[in-house]
Amino acid sequence: MTQNATALETGVVATAPGVTPGAKALSRSLWAPTLGQFGPAVEALAIPVGALIAAMLVFGLFMALLGQSPMEVYRLIWQGGFASSFSWQNTLSRAAPLILTALCVALPAQAGLMIIGSEGALALGGLTAAVIGHQMTGADPMVVKLAMAAGGMLVGGLWIAAAGAMRQYRGINETISSLLLTYIAIALFNHFVEGPLRDPASLNKPSTTPIGDANMLGHFPGLDVHWGLGFGIIFCVAMYVLVRHTTWGFGLRIVGGNARAAKLSGLPVDRLVLAACFLGGAASGLAGMVEVAAVHGTANASLMAGYGYAGILVAFIARQNPVAIIPVAILLGGISASGGMLQRRLDLPDATVLVLQGLAFLLILASETLYGRFRIFKPKGA
Amino acid sequence: MDGTELGWWGVPIGVLGGALRVSTPFLFVSLGECITEKSGRINLGLEGILVTGAMTGYAISFVTGNPWLGVLAAGFAGLLLGLIHGLICNLPKVNDIAVGIGLMLFGTGLAFFLGKPYVQPTAPNLPSISFGAWSSSPQIQAALQVSPLFLIGIALAFLLAWAFKNTRWGLVVRMVGDSSDAARAMGYRVNLVRTLATAAGGFLSGIGGSFLSLYYPGSWSEGLSSGQGLMAVALVIFSRWNPVYCFYAALLFGGAGSLGPALQSVGITSGYYLYNAAPYVLTLAIMIATCSTRRTLAGAPGELSIVR
Repeated sequence: MTQNATALETGVVATAPGVTPGAKALSRSLWAPTLGQFGPAVEALAIPVGALIAAMLVFGLFMALLGQSPMEVYRLIWQGGFASSFSWQNTLSRAAPLILTALCVALPAQAGLMIIGSEGALALGGLTAAVIGHQMTGADPMVVKLAMAAGGMLVGGLWIAAAGAMRQYRGINETISSLLLTYIAIALFNHFVEGPLRDPASLNKPSTTPIGDANMLGHFPGLDVHWGLGFGIIFCVAMYVLVRHTTWGFGLRIVGGNARAAKLSGLPVDRLVLAACFLGGAASGLAGMVEVAAVHGTANASLMAGYGYAGILVAFIARQNPVAIIPVAILLGGISASGGMLQRRLDLPDATVLVLQGLAFLLILASETLYGRFRIFKPKGA
Repeated sequence: MDGTELGWWGVPIGVLGGALRVSTPFLFVSLGECITEKSGRINLGLEGILVTGAMTGYAISFVTGNPWLGVLAAGFAGLLLGLIHGLICNLPKVNDIAVGIGLMLFGTGLAFFLGKPYVQPTAPNLPSISFGAWSSSPQIQAALQVSPLFLIGIALAFLLAWAFKNTRWGLVVRMVGDSSDAARAMGYRVNLVRTLATAAGGFLSGIGGSFLSLYYPGSWSEGLSSGQGLMAVALVIFSRWNPVYCFYAALLFGGAGSLGPALQSVGITSGYYLYNAAPYVLTLAIMIATCSTRRTLAGAPGELSIVR
């Protein structure tokens, strides 16, 4: 994956700023302004932001062609997503699962894998959590919550690790296998929710037996935002430290940059890939647990709200950087939270925000081509 | 034979009927993906193209009253989206798989957005051709109702297989897919060929989508596609980049998907949702059995990123 290779290069360059610049490069830097050692960081921020602005311009044009005022649409997106404390709560509760499903893409990406199966891991993680929560009714709520989180993470992690194992041991492309696994996971989910695990009391919407109010995740003190957001942020920061500041993470990024070189230098490539997949799947499984234990209280079809697919978009905009995922997920959470507002005020279909997200995704991917094109972003000596 | 007393024979007849009925979109998307992949690129966004094609076909059929114009419009909508994929992938350093995922989100979003007004009205559907007049059993007659698009798809599969072997166009697409260096040395423009191949693949996938909205199930709604576009990539690998095998694979996948409803008709309802997963499990099992880390798949285009 090219973007991982570049991420690795820039990472290495940024940590080694003391390289003596060659005479030729020095003379060039006299002529062209550069941002020095901050160049790569500024570039990694400026190009996605530029692509997002371009997407907003194209989307505005599209809206104008349909006879809507683009400024009014953007004002409503702002209002629906970020203007009041109510919209912030809505935005943040949507961002929580997005952060976790994006990690399911970003962590395997460090090892050069493109996993797009987070929706399936989320479904099975949520189902496991719902079953554990119901089975342990009556136990200490703290223990139940921990068991639900652990169960969801284990199942989600194993599900995505299976895609990693098929790639390492059988050479099956992980993008396709993870997608197939998602469909299998959703079929399993439907089978259990509508069959053996169905709560007879759920008539119109087949669901599992509720986990009970005592086992629900609470809210942050003083805020109407559930703890799932906290889980997501902690997970992101922990993964950032693991990937960028430990030897293990360095090994993982070497695998992502050049798997053959990693193998030759004696790194346990298979184990690293499987662990990255497991951690990513665990994040997605935790997202399922959060949706069950903080939002729905039971596992039903509402779990499959497309967070897994939107998480792919978040991870790509964040350029697979675990910490950058947090603001991007909040931005996308806000955009999707404003869908209802657009529907009510302008009578636009609820898919309006999907068009904006799709456009943003395509332009972000197209902007990959711009990296390294602007001299101003080149670090000293490059 | 009395139609209501088919008994267990209802299962194979149901599966056969299902295979003939639902395999058409599989056939078109896999042929489209086959053309794209033969040129050395992979388009994972056929799901978005399929849904956009379904929406466009239905809308145009409703507006003009002619379902065949709808089919054509669906093809051109798919061609445009394929062109977007091809042009973005022409930029250096852009990953074709990721662009496919983006196109999937964009295409479905666009179709849901533009298709909102067409959820309620009824558009004229495509006619069907009956091959079951010889039988007195209504089940067999129903099973042998075939869409004209299905027959076109079969003809196209054989035509493509012939064209890849025997025409200049077919050979150029295959050369670009097997070795871009060789193609460049021969003076062909690799990116141009790939863009056109992706656009052609989009055209066929759009037509596959129009089958969904204009023949079976025969109406437009947001839950219309059950992932046929996503399956295209797996289908093409399954059929080893051979258009004729794509036809067999489409039949097999259509039949596997009909197993659940067919068993339900004879009273076996447990595990209904598990049978829905049959095509995916089948694909995965075949890939596990045939892939290897040491060699690439037989018949795979050399430039294809997923098998390298």
